[in-house]
Amino acid sequence: MSSETKILTTDGVPLEVSLKKAEKRNKIKAFLLVAPLLLFLLITYIFPIGEMFTRSIDDRMVTNMLPKTFASMEKWDGKELPPEEVYRSFYEDYKILAEKKEHGKLGQRLNKEKNGFNSILKRLFRKVKRNQIDETLSIKEQINKIHRNFTKVEYWQAIKRTAPPYTMNKYLKGMDMYLDEDGNIAQVSEDRRIHRILWLRTLEIALFVTIFCFLMGYPIAHLLATLPMKYSNLLMICVLLPFWTSLLVRTASWMILLQQQGLVNDFFVMIGLVANDSRPEMMYNKVGTYVAMTQILLPFMVLPLYSVMKTISPSLMRAGKSLGGTPFVAFWKVYFPLTIPGIGAGCLLVFILAIGYYITPALVGGASGTLISNQIAFHMKQTLDWSFASAMGLMLLTGVLVIYWIYNKLVGVDNIKLG
Amino acid sequence: MSKNPEFVKFDKVDKSYDGKVLVVKDLQLDIAEGEFITMLGPSGSGKTTCLMMLAGFETPTNGEILLDGNIISNIPPHKRGIGMVFQNYALFPHMTVYENLAFPLRVRKVEKDEIDKKVDKALSMVSLNGFETRMPAQLSGGQQQRVAVARALVFDPAVVLMDEPLGALDKNLRESMQYEIKHIHESIGVTVVYVTHDQSEALTMSNRIAVFNDGKVQQLSDPAELYEKPVNSFVAEFIGENNTFNGEVVDIAQDKCKVKLANSEILANPISVKSKGEKTTVSLRPERALINPKEKMDNMFTGKIEEVIYHGDHTRVRLNLLGSAEFILKVPNSTSNLELKVSQDINIGWSSIDARALDPK
Repeated sequence: MSSETKILTTDGVPLEVSLKKAEKRNKIKAFLLVAPLLLFLLITYIFPIGEMFTRSIDDRMVTNMLPKTFASMEKWDGKELPPEEVYRSFYEDYKILAEKKEHGKLGQRLNKEKNGFNSILKRLFRKVKRNQIDETLSIKEQINKIHRNFTKVEYWQAIKRTAPPYTMNKYLKGMDMYLDEDGNIAQVSEDRRIHRILWLRTLEIALFVTIFCFLMGYPIAHLLATLPMKYSNLLMICVLLPFWTSLLVRTASWMILLQQQGLVNDFFVMIGLVANDSRPEMMYNKVGTYVAMTQILLPFMVLPLYSVMKTISPSLMRAGKSLGGTPFVAFWKVYFPLTIPGIGAGCLLVFILAIGYYITPALVGGASGTLISNQIAFHMKQTLDWSFASAMGLMLLTGVLVIYWIYNKLVGVDNIKLG
Repeated sequence: MSKNPEFVKFDKVDKSYDGKVLVVKDLQLDIAEGEFITMLGPSGSGKTTCLMMLAGFETPTNGEILLDGNIISNIPPHKRGIGMVFQNYALFPHMTVYENLAFPLRVRKVEKDEIDKKVDKALSMVSLNGFETRMPAQLSGGQQQRVAVARALVFDPAVVLMDEPLGALDKNLRESMQYEIKHIHESIGVTVVYVTHDQSEALTMSNRIAVFNDGKVQQLSDPAELYEKPVNSFVAEFIGENNTFNGEVVDIAQDKCKVKLANSEILANPISVKSKGEKTTVSLRPERALINPKEKMDNMFTGKIEEVIYHGDHTRVRLNLLGSAEFILKVPNSTSNLELKVSQDINIGWSSIDARALDPK
């Protein structure tokens, strides 16, 4: 039969049409089944991320406060002091703000752009309030007389920089950088680069916790997969036990165990490993963070590994040995490569969870336990700089996506096996 | 070149997993060099355990296993140099066919050129040239099976063990693979120890068959003898079909004995009965009983046809004979076919030599 002839059903309807019709019902049913989840994801995941993104780059406050100023600034080249027209519209915008008592916010915002702005604006405010500015004369001259900083072009440039409704400032700040007067990206002075330290520390802790979890989880998972049922069930309960305890309780118990007068130190002293007066500090430093986080995240490594190892037939190792491989060669060439999907899944899971952890490191990590998530929480709750918190949250998310992308390039996401 | 008749030797081997039950009891088995020996038996009879002990994955609880005169009980599997084909092939799923075959050579630090040559030779042996770059998952069951066989042979082992290698294949493929494995064995002369629970597989392939039951070798002989002259009723029952009569010996001579059944007497060949009064099970192969025999036979009876089942190449007739409604006859479907109808009475005869009086069931 030629390929152009349409195959018909016995009723004379083209087969394709008939098939589509028959499958349509099933497709709708399937869609309806996942629709609630889709909606849920949309509301709780996609939408908040979008909202976070807009918030993190939103800079419309000044734009809305100084509409006339920005309109008249469009013609200004930004090299010399702006013309009378700009001064006048700035004065008019400011007057409205002063009447609405919103001038304070402008001062704070512009002060972030250029130090000292707030104080000169306060002087302007006093003049405006007392109606000491004569609108019939040159506004430029009168304003310039209020403070000599008004005669400096940098201050006017700072206003102009706030004109675009969107800004990358928050992201730059998250990386300890800022836009200088000329609009170039610059580093903040070395003693103020706190975020970069936090990023590196977060990555370092997540990386090491992942490595420790892998080193400890791999043998456990292997045992789980190979032990007879009655022992493996018991072991599985031991692995899952931490899941059934509250995170705070677990963290608190580590605090009890690890402190200088704690059980672990007592034990070390008892067996004579350390002298009583030189008990090592295992808490309020990275050791504590590593120990507690590894324990908490271990199940996330063990479970994917276990599920992959369970599928590896024991006859493969036997085949490796019978073909002449030493137990190590058989393990390394046969067993290990087959567990890579599980290793990938486990490491990715642990790393992503570790990178966003903050209660545990904050409690047991002391000064070194402040991670980027703590910083996000701090800006959410204390400084109320939500746009900065959003920006850092998105940077964290981007980081995770980058890691995911690298992983995909190296191992392939299709190879991930969670169960 | 003289062949060592005790190339592999199980010397009084016992095996127990739990310290309570012996899975293998006092196994004494010699395997000659270049022989194809099959361990046949129902599941749980200890045959796979024997294979695993030979491969080195299990240690004998007692006794020794010798390979070419050397005790190997304490040598780890990877140093034994024994090839093995596993039940589900156990091909390494992350390696190509070439890498699978090269694995035993690479761990032996064979030169690259040499590996290429040997892999090529092994693949041509199983007629799979050109499949080097395929992954095992891209092969059919039969092809995977052949790769597994090639991999077990590629490093020229002295002994190859096969643990029910054809169990997962369909019937036709299984049969053609049986011949293929047999031909490979004949052409390279390697010693093969083959485990199966499929009796026809054992009969077609082996030089000798060891029938296992209950941890013991029940009979060790070549296929024809095993089928024609089973030494006990387990072997008779397990290999092929047979008709059995339970009775008591009432008279016994050198090569004949009279067995009393519920309400008649038959003549049989005394195999494991020695004296009068012993209980016995008489075993008779279905094809040894003839319908309307032309010659005079020392067992002649009349039975009623209960059922006629057409099997293509032969017809199976179930008779009510000597008080048993389970007497089976195999009639070849030749041109001179008989009219066989249900509830018809027919005359059946067999020679007393074919009716073997064995141990009672």
